[in-house]
Amino acid sequence: MVSTVSFTLNGHRQRLSVDEDRRLLWVLRTDLALTGTKFGCGHGSCGACTVIVDRRAVRSCQTPVGTLAGKDVRTIEGLAPADGLHPLQRAFIEHQAYQCGFCTSGMLMAAYGLLLNVPHPSAADIVQRMDGNLCRCGSHTRIVAAINAASREPGGRS
Amino acid sequence: MRRRDFVKLGAGIVVACRIDPLWAFQGRGQLPRFNYPTDFNAYLRVGGDGRVTCYVGKVELGQGSMTALTQLVAEELSVAPASIDMVMGDTDLCPWDLGTFGSMCIPVFGPVLRRAAVEAREVLRELAAERLQVPAASLEVKNGSIFDPRDPEKTVTFASLADGKAITRHVSVVPPLKDPASFSVIGQSLPRRDATEKVTGRAKYSGDLRLPGMLYAKIVRPPAHGAKQIRVDTSAAASVQGALVVRDGDLVAVLHEQPDEAARALALIAAEFERGAAAIDDLTIFDHLVSAAPAGQQIVGQGNLVEGERAASAVFEETFLNAYVAHATMETHTALATIDGGKVTVWASTQAPFMVKTQVADSLGVPPDRVRIITPFVGGGFGGKTMGQQAVEAARLARATGRPVQVAFDRREEFFYDTFRPAATMKLKAAIDGAGKIVLWSADVYGAGEGGAAPIYDIPHQRVVVYGGWQAPAPGLHPFGVGAWRAPAFNSNTFARELLIDRMAASAGLDPLTFRLNNLSDPRMRRVLQTAADRFGWVPSKTPSGRGVGMACGVYSNTYVATFAEVTVDGSGQVRVKRVVCAQDMGVAVNPQGARTQIEGAITMGLGYALSEEIRFRDGEIADRGFDTYRIPRFSWLPKIDAILVDSPDVPPSAGGEPAIICMGAVIGNAIHDATGGRLFQLPLTPARVREARMTHL
Ligand code: FES
Ligand code: FES
Repeated sequence: MVSTVSFTLNGHRQRLSVDEDRRLLWVLRTDLALTGTKFGCGHGSCGACTVIVDRRAVRSCQTPVGTLAGKDVRTIEGLAPADGLHPLQRAFIEHQAYQCGFCTSGMLMAAYGLLLNVPHPSAADIVQRMDGNLCRCGSHTRIVAAINAASREPGGRS
Repeated sequence: MRRRDFVKLGAGIVVACRIDPLWAFQGRGQLPRFNYPTDFNAYLRVGGDGRVTCYVGKVELGQGSMTALTQLVAEELSVAPASIDMVMGDTDLCPWDLGTFGSMCIPVFGPVLRRAAVEAREVLRELAAERLQVPAASLEVKNGSIFDPRDPEKTVTFASLADGKAITRHVSVVPPLKDPASFSVIGQSLPRRDATEKVTGRAKYSGDLRLPGMLYAKIVRPPAHGAKQIRVDTSAAASVQGALVVRDGDLVAVLHEQPDEAARALALIAAEFERGAAAIDDLTIFDHLVSAAPAGQQIVGQGNLVEGERAASAVFEETFLNAYVAHATMETHTALATIDGGKVTVWASTQAPFMVKTQVADSLGVPPDRVRIITPFVGGGFGGKTMGQQAVEAARLARATGRPVQVAFDRREEFFYDTFRPAATMKLKAAIDGAGKIVLWSADVYGAGEGGAAPIYDIPHQRVVVYGGWQAPAPGLHPFGVGAWRAPAFNSNTFARELLIDRMAASAGLDPLTFRLNNLSDPRMRRVLQTAADRFGWVPSKTPSGRGVGMACGVYSNTYVATFAEVTVDGSGQVRVKRVVCAQDMGVAVNPQGARTQIEGAITMGLGYALSEEIRFRDGEIADRGFDTYRIPRFSWLPKIDAILVDSPDVPPSAGGEPAIICMGAVIGNAIHDATGGRLFQLPLTPARVREARMTHL
């Protein structure tokens, strides 16, 4: 059913007139032209579409946009501060924690969600919380190292 | 691209380079059956702003080619890597290229590009000599400038030399390349050029492009391979607001301005199909591959098998099996097509833009020069993105609707239309003499292909016959499409060979490393084995030792690789790989960090085909069409990985992206045997197979 949904998106108020059953992934990618969030499976089984809703990592392909009313949504486009890159992004570059880069937005947002909730994750925490995010290029070891490095940085958790 | 088309590139100095394709393919086996360009295969342009633009038909799939190729040009041209722009995989701007696969980017294409850069440097040096009134030979080129080292006043920049000129050089005499000893950019771990774009979500893949008025298409698909469309009722779909139903022959699609709405409308279409698939399934396929095999091709023949058997003290005969596996790239096949004034432009996720160009032109019935393929970033390939079905469909629908159309496979379509790595049956026979020397090797390889089928050991009497492979398989042999999959054929053949080697080592009462070294004289192979063994801390022992350790080695396209692994196996047969050490000799590594990333990636990806990946099917229906049942490696599987680049400065840059994957099935198979004593013959090494193997042993 089409209705008006208001939420915060990457720090800005967003008002959409939209069928509230539509999944956030497609609203982001099509209606809002925010294409950093990727489609990998559409079934919640790959994590490529991960975004943050109220400080938690969620699968945007499974999230009806109607459920977002009044919530705070952050996508990969809103991860970097205005004046540079987020420590996670810097760490991903430093550790070369990607190859094709297609899983990277989802990886970064899942990692961001992890650090928001577990500021000093152990390697086991990282593995456990990231396990649902798939990477076919096999960048996993480097992603774990990058998250670990970023968690030690001052701005890593904000 | 023709010479006159250079005009499109604007002013500057353009250098084109033609290298005889036979030269480029030297020692790389059969020349693929494609038409080679008649003009040239690499070129670059030095612009009036001093920037160097490099046009290559290769694409960036994640393997870091954009960065490594930049390094090659920077090295030979003596400019900063940051002043080089790469234009990749655009069929209107870039010279023809076969495609990006087979780890050929650096070893085969690299020298071509380097030669173009050398020639450009020499053209600039001559122009500088004229401008400065100094003999060219006394000028030095450094960092985008050319100067006379004895007179600092005499300096010109590339930018000023190129400014306002339109000079075209066509190189046919090949100037010498830099000596590896003087490399300053090659061999450095230059940060990846696509880094910032990829961590900010700004990198554009084919599915991220938007054109005014574009529509997203969802296409009616058959439930099984071999099924024929009988009847399609689209009436309910047409009633979805904004949905447009298109029929173009057997292509029935519903299009919408929103992809999710198109998918919703598609679900309302009722389609009837008539099944017609061969009654083969994932259990019967292995016999089928043998009984329906095309004629064999003998690729190795040496000595005399009868004599070999006479010298033997023990003979071993085994059959090894390997399953179909999917590429399962995170980005599905995607394309956006638009037709403007008779010109068809398609942005496509593909490893082979020029092949796709031909496909699109053929299917639309237009001349190829009316078709342009542009390749944005590609979200993984591994051999799976060579067919351009999605590009053809997008182009047909763009023509039918008169609007730009995106076709993006969903995950189920991606699994269904994947060109799987072929299943394989490998019948091996080998023998050793009383001294632990291999005296005989005979292999009949069905389905896999020839890569890695020749034994790498010193064996006096050997024969290898290959019956069909992943390239152009005989019709009816496979119930669906097959094709290249990261290091095609090597994963199957290395698994069979290296398990049999361990078996013989055990029978000879020798430690598997000692046994291998006793039968190997190739110094590069010995060196990677020894290097990996040292780093692993290999303690010699007969297998099974109960420790769960193993090794495997192989050669892929002039790159040598040896891998050691440690595993644990629990009561249910579940295997955990604890640690992997891999030594790779790939000659000069253009970008060492990039090379290590590729090795780690190959090892990680290899865990999948080793332990769990297997396409199950029956009557043309693919049972595994999602990540829920088709399990690919994930964080919780990760071993500790130690990737070693064996320094080999005298060997030119060789394959990097694929070699390390070839040992993964074998090394894990051998380590499992060492842990449990159970012998395995079939990939993947699932808990059920591991349990069963252990039972047989007890
Ligand atoms: S696209 Fe959402 S989990 Fe895969
Ligand atoms: S970097 Fe390619 S899928 Fe992760």
